[in-house]
Amino acid sequence: MDPGQFLRASRVVIVAGKGGVGKTTVSAALARMAARQGLSALVVQVEPTSGLAALFGRPPLTYVESMLAPAAGTVGEVRGRTITPDDALLEYLEDHGLRRISKRLVSTGAMDVVATAAPGIKDILILGKVKALERSGAADLIVIDAPAAGHAVTFLLSVRGLLDAVRVGPINAQAREVLELLTDPERCTVVLVTLPEETPVNEVVETAFALEDRVGVSLGPVVVNGVYPMLQGLETPPAEAAAAAEVSLRPGDEVALTAAAGFRRQRQALQQGQLERLAELLPIPQLRLPFLFAASLEPDHVDVLAGALLEEVGALSDPAVRTEEPST
Amino acid sequence: MTAPPADLDQLVNHARVLVCCGSGGVGKTTTAATLALQGAKLGRRAVVVTIDPAKRLADTLGIGSLTNTPIRIEGSWPGELWAMMLDTKSTFDQLVIKHSTDAAQAQRILGNRFYRNISGALSGTQEYMAGEKLYELHDEADFDLVVVDTPPAHNALDFIDASRRLTNFLDHRLYRMLMTPTRAYLRAVNLAAQAFVRTVSKVIGGEVLEDALAFFSAFEGMEEGFRQRAEGVQALLAAEATAFVLVASPRADAVAEARFFADRLRESNIAVAALIVNRVHPQFSRGHVESDRAQARLALGTALEPLYTNLADLRALAEGEETNLADLGAQVEPASVTRVPLLEDDVHDLVSLDRIAAHLFGR
Repeated sequence: MDPGQFLRASRVVIVAGKGGVGKTTVSAALARMAARQGLSALVVQVEPTSGLAALFGRPPLTYVESMLAPAAGTVGEVRGRTITPDDALLEYLEDHGLRRISKRLVSTGAMDVVATAAPGIKDILILGKVKALERSGAADLIVIDAPAAGHAVTFLLSVRGLLDAVRVGPINAQAREVLELLTDPERCTVVLVTLPEETPVNEVVETAFALEDRVGVSLGPVVVNGVYPMLQGLETPPAEAAAAAEVSLRPGDEVALTAAAGFRRQRQALQQGQLERLAELLPIPQLRLPFLFAASLEPDHVDVLAGALLEEVGALSDPAVRTEEPST
Repeated sequence: MTAPPADLDQLVNHARVLVCCGSGGVGKTTTAATLALQGAKLGRRAVVVTIDPAKRLADTLGIGSLTNTPIRIEGSWPGELWAMMLDTKSTFDQLVIKHSTDAAQAQRILGNRFYRNISGALSGTQEYMAGEKLYELHDEADFDLVVVDTPPAHNALDFIDASRRLTNFLDHRLYRMLMTPTRAYLRAVNLAAQAFVRTVSKVIGGEVLEDALAFFSAFEGMEEGFRQRAEGVQALLAAEATAFVLVASPRADAVAEARFFADRLRESNIAVAALIVNRVHPQFSRGHVESDRAQARLALGTALEPLYTNLADLRALAEGEETNLADLGAQVEPASVTRVPLLEDDVHDLVSLDRIAAHLFGR
């Protein structure tokens, strides 16, 4: 599939997955991938402490948009911002001519009461702001680094819940519009992230079905993060390989090379098993990102992952019905 | 309060409460279960409370599902091992029933729509109920050792502050403003409040707000019971026999979150008693990444090349993890630091918990 077509399929991509699977990294890589296709990208964080900006070598994001990577030649720009419920609420109230009560809502703590009375109101405020960004065409691709799974389902499901609780008024209208966005595959896609391990695979399958059945969102491919690049030839005994190569092993190397090769082969096999299990349980395409042998990720790594995404998407077969878009 | 440095074994042997905190995906639930198991092995009556909505402890312990009351797990250890999954809603229900003046008041609250939203929607409720359950198990159910697996949070203090925050919420000023209109000097305030409420209800709908007010009205008189209980939980968390165990993984992002947690705990004068690092990659020999890579280049195109490339890759990773952990270890000094290697497979039964215990307790 042409990566440009993949990236243009919907303007909003919500990246979701459980804690620790690398959602933020994947969000950054998706944005970088879009930039490399000449598109502009905006990454939105909805939880305050996550290292998205650090992946671009920039200071933490704020509610005000900032540049993460400027456009250069054929490469598009990547910008970033946060959308937190309190800020989104203040903006919403100000936009609706309620600037005066907005301060009191926050200072009296009434916001907590309101949020409890109408669960999901915070999520609606965030998603409402996302919708506004989508409407205004803030970027060619808007990537949302969603809350951790479990909460990701609640986050998206809350829209339906809120429609039941608040039947009239501007919040109701807002929820309706957000639901329209979430359920329109030409505007919004959810990309789930997981690891090739047993528990993360179980959880991503559960989340995928919950999102499709209960929210009605359109799921993009599932991103499997941290897949060991398949290294061939690890089964050859080091002494034999050294003799054939006419290279002498350093003292202690035979043991270390054997152990390291055994470890790698075992990880590769375990991951392979989980990738197959995921394919069986969840019949949607997988985009596999390589495990990076680094304990901390730098901007260069994001580029490596963006390159891997471009390759993986390129290798996907062209989807059938959905992308027969009306000609533009 | 500064806890003396203690190794993990001592901690499990002497603490009454162990609070496991850390970010998501670092193996907190498994660690909590292993600590409780070790308690049972040391002859204690131990219970592990998990809050994780992914129900992973149930998987870990190989039992189908957990309920809000502890279930005993049989095994060949001198003590007892119990496990439970926190059900926030029914824990809250029990609290309401306990503190209500009569059955009618309890029913009015339990049936209120706003109340039903609290367990799912109000931030901090889960943490509050975890603290409540902890108190109950420690104080009333006579467990020697209660191990709590805290909800994944960005702020370690959410768990500690939750009881105070919820008590403040239940004692809400907005409601007070609306419900104490009798005194003349408050009337002006009240009129402003009414206007305010009208505006709010225009935005979210009047029905919703009526539910909220009905809830606060039904709740009247129960605040004191809740407050006392919250103070009990606070005291227990600050007690000498309560220890905080920080769980992390050696990846930079997880370490950054762990350092943030440790900072927040220190601000509350809470020491990290032990640091447990899961998923540590192995080191296969002493050596240098560059020298491994040089060997790989020497053997370019032969069967030896991938073997050295692999050794270099894994060494680079392990070295990076060591660097990350050195900083974290220094920050939580004098807490003990225990490493658990990346395991071959996922933990889902007592046999694999035993393997983790072997790493944690060296036997």
